[in-house]
Amino acid sequence: MLAADTHGFLSPTGVEIAFFLVGLVTFGAALVTVTTRQLVHAALWLVVTLGGLAVEYLLLTAEFIAWVQVLIYVGSVVVLLLFGLMLTRAPIGRSPDADSGNRWAALTVAVIAAAALIWVVVDAFRTTWIDLDGAPAGSTEVTGKALFQNWVLPFEALSVLLLAALVGAIVLSRKAKADATPAADGGAAGPDGGGAAKADKEGAR
Amino acid sequence: MHLAYPAVLSALLFCTGLYGVLARRNAILVLMSVELMLNAVNLNLVAFDVWLSRAAEETLHSGQALTLFTIAIAAAEIGIGLAIVLSVYRNRGTSDIDKLRDTAEGHESDTPDSEAPVDEKADEKAEATA
Amino acid sequence: MTTTTLAVLVPLLPFLGAAAGLLLGRTAPGYVRPLAVLPTLTSLVLAVLVAVDQGGDQAVNAATELTPTGSVPIELALHIDGFAALVAVLVGLVASCVQIYSTGYLRDDPRYPSYAALVSLFTSAMLLVVYSGDLIVLLVGWEIMGICSYFLVGHYWETPEARAASLKAFLVTKLGDVPFLIGLFALATDAGSFRITKILGTVASGGLDHPTLIALLLLAGVAGKSAQFPLHTWLPDAMAGPTPVSALIHAATMVAAGVYFVARLLPVFEASQAAMVVLAAMAAVTMIGSGLAALAQDDIKRVLAYSTIGQLGYMTGALAVGDRGAAVFHLLSHGAFKALLFLAAGVIIHAAGTNSLAGMSRMRNLRDRVPDAYWTMSVALLALAAIPPFSGFFSKESVLGAAEHVSTGHTEHAPGAAGWIVLVAALLTALLTAAYATRLWLLAFRGHGIEAPDHGRQPLTMTVVLWVLAVPSLAFGGFAYGTLPDWFDGRDLAPTLTTSVLGTGVALVGGIVTYAAWRHTTALAVRVPLGAVAAHPEGDAGLVEAEAIASHAPAYGDVASAPDPADPGRLLLGPLHRHAAVGFHLDAVYGALFVRPVQAGASLVRFLDREVVDTYVRGAGALPRWLGIAVRRAQTGNVQTYVSALLAGTVVLAVAAVLVATGA
Repeated sequence: MLAADTHGFLSPTGVEIAFFLVGLVTFGAALVTVTTRQLVHAALWLVVTLGGLAVEYLLLTAEFIAWVQVLIYVGSVVVLLLFGLMLTRAPIGRSPDADSGNRWAALTVAVIAAAALIWVVVDAFRTTWIDLDGAPAGSTEVTGKALFQNWVLPFEALSVLLLAALVGAIVLSRKAKADATPAADGGAAGPDGGGAAKADKEGAR
Repeated sequence: MHLAYPAVLSALLFCTGLYGVLARRNAILVLMSVELMLNAVNLNLVAFDVWLSRAAEETLHSGQALTLFTIAIAAAEIGIGLAIVLSVYRNRGTSDIDKLRDTAEGHESDTPDSEAPVDEKADEKAEATA
Repeated sequence: MTTTTLAVLVPLLPFLGAAAGLLLGRTAPGYVRPLAVLPTLTSLVLAVLVAVDQGGDQAVNAATELTPTGSVPIELALHIDGFAALVAVLVGLVASCVQIYSTGYLRDDPRYPSYAALVSLFTSAMLLVVYSGDLIVLLVGWEIMGICSYFLVGHYWETPEARAASLKAFLVTKLGDVPFLIGLFALATDAGSFRITKILGTVASGGLDHPTLIALLLLAGVAGKSAQFPLHTWLPDAMAGPTPVSALIHAATMVAAGVYFVARLLPVFEASQAAMVVLAAMAAVTMIGSGLAALAQDDIKRVLAYSTIGQLGYMTGALAVGDRGAAVFHLLSHGAFKALLFLAAGVIIHAAGTNSLAGMSRMRNLRDRVPDAYWTMSVALLALAAIPPFSGFFSKESVLGAAEHVSTGHTEHAPGAAGWIVLVAALLTALLTAAYATRLWLLAFRGHGIEAPDHGRQPLTMTVVLWVLAVPSLAFGGFAYGTLPDWFDGRDLAPTLTTSVLGTGVALVGGIVTYAAWRHTTALAVRVPLGAVAAHPEGDAGLVEAEAIASHAPAYGDVASAPDPADPGRLLLGPLHRHAAVGFHLDAVYGALFVRPVQAGASLVRFLDREVVDTYVRGAGALPRWLGIAVRRAQTGNVQTYVSALLAGTVVLAVAAVLVATGA
């Protein structure tokens, strides 16, 4: 861009410093999420990660997305995941076998993938500059206009998809109920109610 | 702001999620890792959308619209995924991914008698750890 | 309606009846009998009308081409001359009688609907063969008859004999049909058409390039269908089917088809002297061999079966001397009295509860139980033995007359050698025919011993048709020999003095000698008790017959013969009896010539396949199997491992793509 020379990496702006710090927290929380041995803690660290991402959205002036992130992810998805953990009787406290025997292969793949991705991304967008001044790029007004002017049809298709997901969740849990063993009591309401609640939320949005 | 910041953060988060998907044993933790990967993609979309809405003349805000769609789909996915995990847990007594080895070579020869003991063991473990 | 329309309806009606019978057999059993009898009767009436219309004048020809075939055209063609018209009347008459008789004979049979439909289909196929003017259409009827005979002979498929017999009938006739088909193609290629009229035109103008080859190929099919030596072996075994089916096959339809076919295409055969001599030799061997074999059979129906083969030998003999008028004359009269013989035999088997002549000869007063069968069968046997004035006399004399005519060199149609062969064999066969007819009559109706069982009167449907058929057996020959030449080629069919005296003389000798032998042996019957009767004598005739056939081998030691010293045939044949009873070991010869080489070849192929080919296949399979074992270790069932491998591969590919793209 034209501002390539004026914006060096060694003289960061305030927003950049804030983004960097929050990103550090986010990444750290993500790392803890995938490595902690306490399953419930993983879910809680996921909240930190998702919240950090919401702050990053705000810093990128996409405020609507940020609030949706907080509402949907932090508000419902994590709650659902916690429900799932409880319903599958996940152990509370440290469990020694939280990682499978595949972790070294996983680590190798992940590190190589990260190296490749970062190399490519940095190589490609080293000089690209985002101008964050002026009107916010993702205010509710702007997003609403875009969504309901240009994206109405996919939006409606998405509602059909959500309906299908709702029906699917009900079918899955009902089938389980039909041949449920006495040991599996009270499990049916979980995904069903969760799915319905989430679908309602999506619809409201 | 340099575009490289959100892009690199997104890449790192994606690979973290990748590691989680490959390394975690509990199916719900795997689902969490999937969420991480989706969020990494979302961050990418938003960052590029903000950049393009400044740099380009005409924009449909496609990045943000897609982000919203991804969030919605991710929510649906987590619902269905949890339902599946729960029904697997109910049938097998475990939600550990590496215990679900029905497709393993040579599995079909010992299906009828090996199924029950595995379930029993898993139940015992579940009882013991709970 | 024009003659053509009537003629089209004749084969069509039984076909529609068969289709309707098969469709409605289960749902509407009440309609099965009318559907079986009425179409056949109607087509008999129509066939009579066609014959009256045609009147022996110019042949009726009609043809329509359905679709162009590219090479030699195939047409739906009718060709009705005097032969076709009269044979169709015979087919209609016998088929109608058989259908009416079957309603009584298979009264309680659960498979009657399919049986009746197949008989109708059989009739329709024969009528198609008779009327068809196109060889391929004729072949269609010819093959439909083959499959129908398979089903009908195997009607009692619960018994192993019936299953084996139906398969044998099918395979042996097919063995002849393959060369027949090739012969038809060769003929059509030479003549440029499948139309009979055009082929005969080509032959008349001498346009046939390979007459001997074609004639011999066609002869194979004819021998298979008409049960001529050496392909006759299926016919005696086919007696395992129900009696009405035997009557239908033997009198009017299947076996008549071969003779009729040669009669139609006689000029083709006459074009080759060699074929005529082969035909004559075939006829002679068939006649004499079947006469000897008939004298040794114990099963009443097998006697009649061999007699059919012999009478067909007469017909082919007449054809071999180039007189198709005599051949078809004998075909007509033989059709009438042979149908009568079989139907009467069915009645006798029902009444006696056994199909064994040895068993019947130990029953007193069997003739009083079945007076209708007794009188009509006597008429038919006299006709068979060619005693004047029964119809068989006139037709057989016409054959003898024709042979004598040729042997004295009065004609250029056929070689003199053929005439001599046929004449000598025919006279010898006349002796044998009279002998086995007398033996059959004496053993069946002049038995001594225990009183024959009384099961009440036979069904009316079964006895009435006997009298219907007795009329032509008695009178057809005498009335017809004067008028028939107008319908046929115009050659005189009247008996000549020499052959009449000779033929009747040897027939009388045969009868008297047999009677004397019977008087000599019959006293032995008391000393050797024999006999087995059906388990359910009160059942319908079909059931009784099936049980009689099934119990013949366990009761008498063999399906064909019985160890009965009271049998005059045993005395007459002497050491020949043993061989004649099994049909001169022809089945064993076939076994050695065809079955065993085929089986040996099959086991050789099996060895090669298992031991040689499979070794290479297994060797080729070893490397993939080892690879498979190696790859199988990777299939742990752990999804995470799979996804790890997948993503690792993706990363490698992506890095490679980036490297290539950046030119590194």
